[in-house]
Amino acid sequence: MTLSSMNPGDVATIVSIHTDEALHQRLLAMGFRVGKHIELIRKARFSGPLQVRIGTTDILLRKIEAEKIMVQA
Amino acid sequence: MKKIALLGMPNTGKSTLFNRLTGSASRVGNWPGITVELLSGKILLGSEMVEIIDLPGIYDMHGFSEDEQVVRHFLHDNVPDLALIILNATQIERQLSLLLQLKQFNLNMIVLLNMADEAKKLGITIDAAKMSAAMGIPIFLLSAKYGSGYPEALQAITKTLRYSTPGMPETLRSQLEQDEHIEHEMARILQQSVQIPARLSDNLTTRLDSFMLHPWLGLPIFFGIMYLLFQAIFFFGQPLQAGVNETFGWLREAAIAPLLSSLPAALQGLLLDGVYNGIATVAAFVPLIVLFFLFMAIVEDTGYLSRAAFLMDALMSRMGLDGRSFVMLLMGFGCNVPALMGTRVMRSRSLRLLSMLVIPFSLCSARLQVFVFISAALFSPKAAPLVLFSLYLFSFASAILTAMLFKRFYPNSEPFVLELPPYRFPTLRQMVMRGWHEVYQFLHRASKFIVAGVVLVWLLTNLPTSAAPASADTWAGILGAWLHPLFAPIGITPDLTIALIFGFVAKEIVIGSLAVIYGLSGQALSGAMALQLDWVQAYSFMLFTLIYTPCLTTIATLRKESNSAGFMWFSIAWSLALAWLLSFAFYQVARALGY
Repeated sequence: MTLSSMNPGDVATIVSIHTDEALHQRLLAMGFRVGKHIELIRKARFSGPLQVRIGTTDILLRKIEAEKIMVQA
Repeated sequence: MKKIALLGMPNTGKSTLFNRLTGSASRVGNWPGITVELLSGKILLGSEMVEIIDLPGIYDMHGFSEDEQVVRHFLHDNVPDLALIILNATQIERQLSLLLQLKQFNLNMIVLLNMADEAKKLGITIDAAKMSAAMGIPIFLLSAKYGSGYPEALQAITKTLRYSTPGMPETLRSQLEQDEHIEHEMARILQQSVQIPARLSDNLTTRLDSFMLHPWLGLPIFFGIMYLLFQAIFFFGQPLQAGVNETFGWLREAAIAPLLSSLPAALQGLLLDGVYNGIATVAAFVPLIVLFFLFMAIVEDTGYLSRAAFLMDALMSRMGLDGRSFVMLLMGFGCNVPALMGTRVMRSRSLRLLSMLVIPFSLCSARLQVFVFISAALFSPKAAPLVLFSLYLFSFASAILTAMLFKRFYPNSEPFVLELPPYRFPTLRQMVMRGWHEVYQFLHRASKFIVAGVVLVWLLTNLPTSAAPASADTWAGILGAWLHPLFAPIGITPDLTIALIFGFVAKEIVIGSLAVIYGLSGQALSGAMALQLDWVQAYSFMLFTLIYTPCLTTIATLRKESNSAGFMWFSIAWSLALAWLLSFAFYQVARALGY
């Protein structure tokens, strides 16, 4: 499933990242690496951004970007 | 002189460390290979002067963002004698990747693990000596905010600088793609020297966020905070601004005017009403900018700005902007100038430019003065508040329309992937430093331009010398008459056109200029305007005043912040065109309806 379909409180493992290179680099630097645990903290209203936690870092990203990240519960 | 470059990811406290190192002795300057200006400062280390350069925060040495390119080009053309790498100790597990990338460049470097105090609170233990041995780089733990560990680090920097620098290999670019290797290296070093508790214990942030980012309460709290901020800037700013104006007025009467009294009248006017008033205009902005950035430092450094982005993004992304643009747009209702400067938090240039195009439509406090005066003069006490409210609506509508129209010309290249830092409170030192730096940059960048503009408008409204000031015989009057075919269809008389020319300098002087033009002031001026104008003309004039270029200071700030005269001209042209079109539509429709 994709990161965007997770619910608040869910924890999953990153399986793959399908983005262009610029976004991929940024995600890597933020700690998005295959095999890492990721927790969905909350979603903003009106299909706004998602707040996720990887390790010690909390990150905001838009739904459209979260759809490109595959995770496994 | 030896150069030290500060390098690190965003949110590592790099700027705090820079301020601690350089104190207030910093300046902005240009560097070979890059087009953006960087902050640098010269300090005495040991027995020699060294220059410290604050590079933009980057996530990745091979990233694609503008900041990442700036850092690469800077390092390529200005190899520093020492690179100080600042990492956030609480996020060491992911920030190590940047360090490993940098290590391949063979730079002379020292690593500072900042926010050691926070890491300790979170239960993260880092063995700096072990890590140092594993990486072969000197590594120190410190807190730039509170200063612990700082003397030791400074000593190491001084010592390291005595050795010569190995050059940077030309094969830099070819070495860049080595993520695989970095991944393993990271795991090895982390395992040896870092312990992170399984569950983080930062309850305060989690608890605060459950309110601040609450699905229903989040937005009302956000607007409440914005309202308070806005009120605070007004509450403290207006008396301060009035104080500065009074001081300059007093100085003028008491010292400057008597000093110049022996000069010919025209030269006196030029120096007093042109040059001196220009300087006073610049000075009047200083208290507003200091206050604005004191409060912005709180909003930004506490981490609330990222929360605002989270809350407002759904709406703003449709306009090609993000939540941070919205905060600046709101702040623009106080004063456009610091709001434009505040867009610097956005690291994508196109996002910044689009925000800067939109902000000048915010109905600032100077324009409000004009509207309060005119609506009181021409509308009943019952209608006047509605008139003001409608102008606020037009202000928002112009901003939204502009963003929607131009968003495709400023496609946002930066992905919206933001870090949400834990809540922190900035120290007073950090806040004051921020205010000081911003004022310094404002004075440095905008003052000459503003003074020149004020002088130009003085010349237009006072020459030729045979004409009465601001009358139809001056160049401004001639220009007004010449522009009449353009302004007649929107109901603006040649008299009012002269006031609009004054309004280019600052909206604060529009009413004053009307007083000069009509030769009346206060109640008498209100009466005269009510006799000569009807409400449709007055409203059209207010609409035009609302939308066209707010003031010279805004123009100067636009030019300096965008680093592009073309962008400045575009902003001026678009706001004039939109002002004319809206006033035209309003005036013609109102007249057609028989008003």
